[in-house]
Amino acid sequence: MTGRIAELLRALGARIVNNWIWRLGFACRFLWFTLRESGASFRRFHLTIREIYFTGVLSLIIILVSGLFVGMVLGLQGYDTLVRYGSSEALGVLVSLSLVRELGPVVAGLLFASRAGSAITAEIGLMKATEQLSAMEMMAVDPIARVVAPRFWAGVISMPLLAALFSAMGVFGGYLVGVRLIGVDEGSFWSQMQAAVDFREDVLNGVIKSLVFGVAVTWIAVYEGYDAPPTAEGVSGATTRTVVTSSLAILALDFVLTALMFRGH
Amino acid sequence: MATSNLVEVQDVTFSYDERRVLKDINLVVPRGKVVAIMGLSGCGKTTLLRLIGGALFPDRGEVRVAGRVVNKLRDAELFALRRRMGMLFQFGALFTDMSSFENVAFQMREHTNLPESIIRDLALMKLQAVGLRGAADLLPSELSGGMARRVALARSIALDPMLMMYDEPFTGLDPISLGVIGQLIRRLNDSLGATSIVVTHDVAEALELVDYVYYMSAGKVEFQGTPDQVRAAGLSSLRQFVYGEPDGPVPFHYPAPDYRQDLLAQ
Repeated sequence: MTGRIAELLRALGARIVNNWIWRLGFACRFLWFTLRESGASFRRFHLTIREIYFTGVLSLIIILVSGLFVGMVLGLQGYDTLVRYGSSEALGVLVSLSLVRELGPVVAGLLFASRAGSAITAEIGLMKATEQLSAMEMMAVDPIARVVAPRFWAGVISMPLLAALFSAMGVFGGYLVGVRLIGVDEGSFWSQMQAAVDFREDVLNGVIKSLVFGVAVTWIAVYEGYDAPPTAEGVSGATTRTVVTSSLAILALDFVLTALMFRGH
Repeated sequence: MATSNLVEVQDVTFSYDERRVLKDINLVVPRGKVVAIMGLSGCGKTTLLRLIGGALFPDRGEVRVAGRVVNKLRDAELFALRRRMGMLFQFGALFTDMSSFENVAFQMREHTNLPESIIRDLALMKLQAVGLRGAADLLPSELSGGMARRVALARSIALDPMLMMYDEPFTGLDPISLGVIGQLIRRLNDSLGATSIVVTHDVAEALELVDYVYYMSAGKVEFQGTPDQVRAAGLSSLRQFVYGEPDGPVPFHYPAPDYRQDLLAQ
């Protein structure tokens, strides 16, 4: 009996070490290589700009539309709750704080992971499967510097901008529903928002969150793509892992960051 | 060893994890020659090519290219050496998001500071050499298999390499494309003053094309000689390979339990 338990524990430990610790170690080393080889991404900034187009600009539609709807829902739900306490004019505060502190970075991050993160993984994975990365190495061009680093920095730069646009669109959605549709006073909607939202405490913390999510999602995406087994199943598995892992990472990091940033004051 | 050899592989042993792929391989590639490394699928040919290109490192032994031991070079030195090598991958490995022209211009942009007008002329000259100047603006997805292989060939000679390596250049090509690629390998080698290594199992095409052949089997060099010597060789495994006989030292059947017993087992 004791032997069986010991065996089970050993198997569990081996699984955790092999599946998580090893991979985490490799991923950290990979991130270090990416940072070390990032010079070309800035010296030849057009490489990064091109990737910003693919990861950022092409994600705009989904980010803007989702932001608008999330803001409209916040407007409806927020009004429904606030009106019970006779403070419906605080709707602007509720919508904007929810968005800049939480929903903007988190929902934009989740959308970014599924739209851009999966695309980055699939592209790098397929480049590996079709020997394009090996060909690059044989041409004395480091694929980490030429392929990985520009995508990584494009993601890191795009994510805070997308989150900001998501929040702006959400505030506009809340305004449409709250002020235009339901009839909350326009003056108090905007003035209370302006008075209650602090730039450093709320907006800047939201930007920091989205930056951290950008690093996490793009790091996971480029690593999974680069590490994908060079087969059809390998690339599809890696793409799925990117979406799942980065979504969980966003939610977990959000909790940690919220705990650090907003401690009830 | 004589310095007239561009590539010298000396007592090289290589394993993937536990599986030994190459056992004490010795071979030389003289400057200016086209040398074939032939053998069955999985005999270690491609691995050998990767060792020469420095993409893999041997467990034991030395790989020398232009007098430098590839497996002892630092990263920067290896990359400097690779700038003087070209490699044609089995299925071309063209960058799918770039046009044929951009593919050929890739190395020139990465490794030189040439003005755009000169890069344009050079890339078009390379495409002209493989007969595809007219396909300069096409994407790899718009090219046939044979055309893609030719564009990849133009890309690999972009910086006029001293050593060209071809990994199964004839696989999956129609007879015309196959002949074209064969001719190009020879012509480019001679006109660029390069040295070429062709890894292939396409016997007929290779024997017409090359100056010297290494025949590998199970991770060892079993035979070496000129194409005429290969045709005349008495070695039974080589005969089976050259003449495409279905059964011989390399058995038709994968190892299995006794056929009768297997059928009667139910």
